[in-house]
Amino acid sequence: MNAKVEQMPNINVNVPDSSSPSSGKVVKPEQICFEVEDLDLYYGTTKALKNIGMHIPECRVTAFIGPSGCGKSTLLRCFNRMNDLVDSCRIEGQIRLKGQDIFARNVDVAKLRQQVGMVFQKPNPFPKSIYENVAYGLRLQGIRDRRVLDETVEQSLVGAALWDEVKDRLHDSAFGLSGGQQQRLVIARAIAIQPEVLLLDEPASALDPISTLKIEELIYNLKEDYTIVIVTHNMQQAARVSDYTAFMYLGELVEFGATGELFTNPKKKNTEDYITGRYG
Amino acid sequence: MTFSDWIKSGSPWIWLTGSAVSTSLILVFGMLLLILSNGLGHFWPKSIVQTTWQSPQGEQLIYGVLNRDETLSAARLAEAGIMLPEGQEFETRYLFKVGNRDVFGVDFRWLIGNELGEFQFPADAALVERREWGDAIGVIQGLRQNGRSIAQGDSSYQMIEQRLQDVQQLHETLVEVQKKDIGSINYRLERLRLKERKYELDNALTASRQAELAEQRAALQEEYVELEKKMQQIAQQMEQGEVELELSDGTSHAIPLKEIVRIYHPNSMNIVNKFSFYLDKFLEFLTEDPREANTEGGIFPAIFGTVLMVMIMSILVTPFGVLAAIYLREYAKQGVFVRTIRIAVNNLAGVPSIVYGVFGLGFFVYFLGGSIDEIFFPAALPAPTLGTPGLLWSSLTLALLTVPVVIVSTEEALSRIPQALREGSYALGATQAETMRKVIVPMSMPGIMTGLILAIARAAGEVAPLMLVGVVKLAPALPFDGNFPYLHLDRKFMHLGFHIYDVGFQSPNVEAARPLVYATAFLLVAIIAVLNLTAIMLRNRLREKYQT
Repeated sequence: MNAKVEQMPNINVNVPDSSSPSSGKVVKPEQICFEVEDLDLYYGTTKALKNIGMHIPECRVTAFIGPSGCGKSTLLRCFNRMNDLVDSCRIEGQIRLKGQDIFARNVDVAKLRQQVGMVFQKPNPFPKSIYENVAYGLRLQGIRDRRVLDETVEQSLVGAALWDEVKDRLHDSAFGLSGGQQQRLVIARAIAIQPEVLLLDEPASALDPISTLKIEELIYNLKEDYTIVIVTHNMQQAARVSDYTAFMYLGELVEFGATGELFTNPKKKNTEDYITGRYG
Repeated sequence: MTFSDWIKSGSPWIWLTGSAVSTSLILVFGMLLLILSNGLGHFWPKSIVQTTWQSPQGEQLIYGVLNRDETLSAARLAEAGIMLPEGQEFETRYLFKVGNRDVFGVDFRWLIGNELGEFQFPADAALVERREWGDAIGVIQGLRQNGRSIAQGDSSYQMIEQRLQDVQQLHETLVEVQKKDIGSINYRLERLRLKERKYELDNALTASRQAELAEQRAALQEEYVELEKKMQQIAQQMEQGEVELELSDGTSHAIPLKEIVRIYHPNSMNIVNKFSFYLDKFLEFLTEDPREANTEGGIFPAIFGTVLMVMIMSILVTPFGVLAAIYLREYAKQGVFVRTIRIAVNNLAGVPSIVYGVFGLGFFVYFLGGSIDEIFFPAALPAPTLGTPGLLWSSLTLALLTVPVVIVSTEEALSRIPQALREGSYALGATQAETMRKVIVPMSMPGIMTGLILAIARAAGEVAPLMLVGVVKLAPALPFDGNFPYLHLDRKFMHLGFHIYDVGFQSPNVEAARPLVYATAFLLVAIIAVLNLTAIMLRNRLREKYQT
């Protein structure tokens, strides 16, 4: 089932082989979601990403690891063009979502971001009720039907494993929730608009261990329906939740492969040094 | 503990900062107390003193309300030409309100203590508040009608009181007819005149139109004649006699009932009477029009004008300031140019307000107003419609004066919203405009309200520019009434701040006006406080809603 991946143009990267972690579930055949090709990114004159190329598979969890400042978050923010908001940022190269260049002129950024959802490091609920937070994206799309909204909000909260905790106080302020609950609310908000991809930027770094565990379980469940790309500086987390792992160092993609392979048998010395804790 | 230990312990710093706070508090509360005691004491009924005065012409009887007294040294008194007996170093002099300005020529008199007899407080001494000529003080002898005396002495009091109430009611009706009905007819007549003039200017004044206008005019004239008859009737009904008052010089004066506002006998009032009298007077102060060159009566038009002007200013300034701030903070590319604009805006807040007044007069009133008159109201020319100082231009001038405050606080509020929230919204597929409308502007509402609060606080107390662009000493009509279009932005209006200046410094009767200055100042402070509190409460509710 990895054959398709092999056929895609192979760019200076180890294409993940078939040894994806056994989930015990019937996994869908693997297809490519994002193709990154010759991606360079500059902040002003500083080159922050150097010649990145990789294929991110659909309905799998891909983790980006690497020391602070290695560009993993920057790369993540390329996938939904969040870097557009940074004035001094300039991007060269291509990222294709299902074959479509996301940097093309005719791409509607708002539409792209509806397809590629994102969850940030710190929970950032809006100063609205829990319900309105989840319904935000739907309302943006002009959905006003109360029944549809109610249904989607419930489904999303169930999907984010938050429904049982908040079903009695949907119209209370979202700020009344704990950090972990807020983070799951933000995930519910992201999946309410049914994106194809979820980008998670260190989603558990501001949370306590129990909340972290819940988020990880959630990621595990979500990958059935969503392509998930997660940035983490916690290697155990990457090992636990991801199918594929990319190790980045100083703006370069050093190694990309199936998680089990990369952690047990790294091909590059840098990778080995990092995962064995020699720096980072 | 040594001195250096004490310095190190930080106590001096605490004392220093603490005393700075206390000094400010003492100053503020001291001012409020001064205003309160001087202003609110004015409405309390004061006793009438009866005493004798050794005047150069011989002994005189004096009726008067003791206003204040001061103790002066012999030297000071000698300068004023008053010699004290040998050995006496100090003497008190008293300021009496003797009233009866029409007879005595003065309302207030300074009298030296050693020339005065014993102070007595006769129960029958009466103070008559008149619509003109100030108060009359004396003893009521009786009631006369058509040259005949119909009641005498104490027994006449009740009759006078009853008739006075009747006359008061009639007076109110009369004022109402005058102001509302006749005012409305005049307003409609003026509109007819403007209409005719407009036809004339357009060369469209046909015979049929002329006839139509004449017909309408005749109808209004008829209405007017009717009203005039009604008014005459009322005026006749008000002829219910004259109160006979014996003054301190022994002469008797007849005061027609229709000229009397109220009669009271302060020396025979008990505390309950005095209290209800006080409330009465205070209510009159709040709800009535001023009388006697603003030294008597109420200040309702000034309260109304101040509040209305501040409200219109708020409505004008908020959208302006908020939109400008959003552009500067959210859309404009941050750079030297935007920074320069920001500094310029901050500096605008420091420009003296009179400069805004001059600008308002030159630009808004003469240029803008004049142009609008030429284009939209040519029929009224040469009489200006908007080309003259008025409510609209005052509000606009103050809006201009306060717009920097709103811009600065809105910008601050916008910059305080975490980038994470904006990104969260963008990440859900929101455009910049949607993010602004659904997240950023609602979240910065408390900050915007803070700006508005500061703007109101500044605008409500501003007087100097208003003197140039619309405030008058006495406005003939409120800027809001029953005639279409109800809100008359072109009218001149009264303002508490200007009222203080006018009553305090432009009044013909300074002594009578002095307490009113304090009372008006108190009211201005109170109104600004109420306006501010309303805005603060609104802000707190918004804060609760959009807490971060």
